Amino acid sequence: MEFFRIQRDIPFMRNALVLNAISALTFLAAVFFIATRGLHFSIEFTGGTVIEVAYAQPADINRVRATVESLGMGEVQVQNFGTSHDVLIRLPLREDVKQADVVVRVFSELCKAEGSTVSTQQIKSEKGSEASAQVCGEVGAESVRLQRSEFVGPSVGSELARDGALALAVTIAGIMIYLALRFEWKFSVAGIIANLHDVIIIVGFFAFFQWEFSLSVLAAVLAVLGYSVNESVVIFDRIREAFRKYRKLTTMQVIDHAITSTISRTIITHGCTLMMVISMLIFGGPTLHYFAVALTIGILFGVYSSVFVAAAIAMWLGVKREDLMRASSKDIDPDDPNAGAVV
Amino acid sequence: MLLLALFAGLIYTLPNLFGEAPAVQVSSGRSTVKVDSSIATRVEEALAAAGLKADFVQLEAASVKARFHDTDAQIKAKDAISKALNPDPADASYIVALNLLSRSPHWLMAVNALPMSLGLDLRGGVHFLMQVDMQSALTKKAESLAGDVRLLLRDKNLRHAGISRDGENLTVRFKDRETLMATRKLLEDELPDLNWTESDDGAEIKLSGALKPIAAKRVQEAAVKQNITTLHNRVNELGVSEPVIQQQGVDRVVVQLPGVQDTAKAKDIIGRTATLEVRMVDESVEASAAATGNGPVPLGSERYTERGSRPLIVKRQVILTGENLTDAQTGFDSQSQEPSVNLTLDAKGARIFKDVTRENIGKRMAILLFEKGKGEVVTAPVIRGEIGGGRVQISGRMSSNEAADTALLLRSGSLAAPMEIIEERTIGPSLGADNIAKGFDSVLYGFAAIAVFMCAYYMLVGAISTLALAFNLLLLVSVLSMLQASLTLPGMAAIALTLGMAIDANVLINERVREELRNGSSPQSAIHNGYERAFTTILDSNVTTLIAGLSLLAFGSGPVRGFAVVHCLGILTSMFSAVVFSRGLVNLWYGRQKKLKGVSIGQVWTPAPSPKN
Repeated sequence: MEFFRIQRDIPFMRNALVLNAISALTFLAAVFFIATRGLHFSIEFTGGTVIEVAYAQPADINRVRATVESLGMGEVQVQNFGTSHDVLIRLPLREDVKQADVVVRVFSELCKAEGSTVSTQQIKSEKGSEASAQVCGEVGAESVRLQRSEFVGPSVGSELARDGALALAVTIAGIMIYLALRFEWKFSVAGIIANLHDVIIIVGFFAFFQWEFSLSVLAAVLAVLGYSVNESVVIFDRIREAFRKYRKLTTMQVIDHAITSTISRTIITHGCTLMMVISMLIFGGPTLHYFAVALTIGILFGVYSSVFVAAAIAMWLGVKREDLMRASSKDIDPDDPNAGAVV
Repeated sequence: MLLLALFAGLIYTLPNLFGEAPAVQVSSGRSTVKVDSSIATRVEEALAAAGLKADFVQLEAASVKARFHDTDAQIKAKDAISKALNPDPADASYIVALNLLSRSPHWLMAVNALPMSLGLDLRGGVHFLMQVDMQSALTKKAESLAGDVRLLLRDKNLRHAGISRDGENLTVRFKDRETLMATRKLLEDELPDLNWTESDDGAEIKLSGALKPIAAKRVQEAAVKQNITTLHNRVNELGVSEPVIQQQGVDRVVVQLPGVQDTAKAKDIIGRTATLEVRMVDESVEASAAATGNGPVPLGSERYTERGSRPLIVKRQVILTGENLTDAQTGFDSQSQEPSVNLTLDAKGARIFKDVTRENIGKRMAILLFEKGKGEVVTAPVIRGEIGGGRVQISGRMSSNEAADTALLLRSGSLAAPMEIIEERTIGPSLGADNIAKGFDSVLYGFAAIAVFMCAYYMLVGAISTLALAFNLLLLVSVLSMLQASLTLPGMAAIALTLGMAIDANVLINERVREELRNGSSPQSAIHNGYERAFTTILDSNVTTLIAGLSLLAFGSGPVRGFAVVHCLGILTSMFSAVVFSRGLVNLWYGRQKKLKGVSIGQVWTPAPSPKN
């Protein structure tokens, strides 16, 4: 089975202008959305309280919202989470109320609205562990159950935001340095611009649809960044090898050749990774949902940017055979039998 | 080398497959009670008496764990052990709790092969991040130093115009320069932790003291460590298996209690303070009668038990409290070389102590620890002579272990600085089990999809690649189990992602081999060259993903950190398995045939001859 029956090098670079224009447009659209709509940050960045409850019956969101709002805790967000039985309640930070009590108060209110009271009871699992917990009603016949609660104080929130930004900055810096060392500064710049384009697009999607941007999404974005640069590295390697092998070709033809020869590998790998990510999207449940979404978008756009945009920008920056030859001749160690080995 | 890695991988992954069995855990219910091997023996005896058989009874860290085959045995065992260890249920010295333990056989545990440590979002439980109020720790220290300065100056008869404390700085005012110079010299000798600067604002001359940065750091570190120790003791009371209490950064403590669902109770126990009191022992005739049970407790005294369950009658009047105790350490008696406990009192405490010891030579003094409203005697030494200067040594009839325990208890009586909860997370157990199932499913189905594709597209070599991927997974799970790194839900996602990315290496190799074959190389050299050329690219491409993973590791926290750890480890194992393992297998399969006729790598399509320059 062979999917890629390619007779000769596809002239990608002839259309470099069009390809880059498309990516520039999507880039600008993403920036526009980020600037105007802003990101919907999770409480990990803003601070606040999140409570996830599961109802025995499908939940009436409006009633839940009314109940929580009657407590007067500020602007609350109430929404379904996963199934129709699960409800996610988000409360902002407040200076006066002690955050630790918020969860208890909200849960008792919700329980009262269902007509029972909260009491401390022992829960025993079938496997044999025992724990005492706040239970609404009787164990096993609870009308509403507390699945998960999370409280992030203001200092922690701003720290996480700062750490996240630092992680992004360090990753970018690290990759740029690595590319510059391994290839040449023009490739380094081209690689980073193309792959940052990926990152901005993912963030733009999140801004446009107002999906929740949490720390796991940031982790996904960074993973995508690393992965995309992968692609560019493979192409750059091929370009270097082609420069060496086919001395009569122009730069544009060399790049075309490099992309064409690696296209099969690029598509297959991305396909496989996509299969894994889609399986996560389907089976991963609501907690991992946005993480998987960020990965999916990243991988799809990643093919485009790493393959076409990176090489095109390198071409525009004026990369020549001499750039790479000089660099590699410095590296070659006469005793190393594998010198100059590339794929 | 490959076989070794495979074998190690299997051994360390095995515990994960065993599931969990019901168990009973015995931990101490009070600071003054310690769980050690004698308790383990008592548990065994209790079980034998009840006719129950445990898989094993083991002393682990600060608790005794006994594993059983089913929940019936577990519940019966709990009852038997509770009756044996806690004769008075209202005043339980030991907490007997039901828990789950891994079911893996003993020989695996002997090799330190444990199942993966599951994070809270997979196990259910409670996570607190607490911040130690460093300000108040430093203020407390400054306050006690001010008292020391006052005392010193009075002893040396140096007149001053007032000592005040402003936040963490001390100011001593003087009327003339000579006194200031003399004082400064004295203070620099006696209190080396402070930096003194003179200032003269016309109306009065002042000496300002501030804690040296090193000393301040020491105070902060001690405060955090003290609080952590206190937390450890209190968390033991909850009967939690594998609690996590760690310092995070300069002034924060992470507390993770898996399996605990009741945050209110957890917070109550953690926030509780224990207080220390020093009182005189009542040595009157009526008191001794009361102690042996032959008479009532005299008015003005109370009855407490000493460690070792001997009753002691102690007067009600409190002489000193934990506030006056600044430190308690173990040491050795200089004369008798016996283990001793060395206490340091602050200035006020020292003066009171000096008076009390002077007036009560030969009598006994009791140091009591109060928790949950009930008190217990930690130690009741005899006063041998007047003790001034605030340094007290308690020695005699103590082993060095007992001395260490006593010092620990005395320190835990005084919480160094208050703590505040700044982050809190609770996950219900059903959600935890749910998350595990979801994570597992994603990995499984994704893997299956990739495997099907690879075998169909690349035939036998594809099958080898799939095996390499499976080996990668095995290696990753075993490394995680070995390191006991905490696995979270994003961590499972990282496993899925890493597998998806790991296949890249194999695809690179396979495509390259196909290309070599397409160009007309012989099968043997095609394989050889394919692997050669692919290696540097695999290395390069994995390095960039590793950079992203490492920076996440450095700056991430909580579940994201779990993701980063698995991601980085996954990259390393995938590099290893792709290159070493698949190369090994291919060599094994094809290497023997000298004249290889063909490589089963799927269809190798050759283009029609085209002009190539």
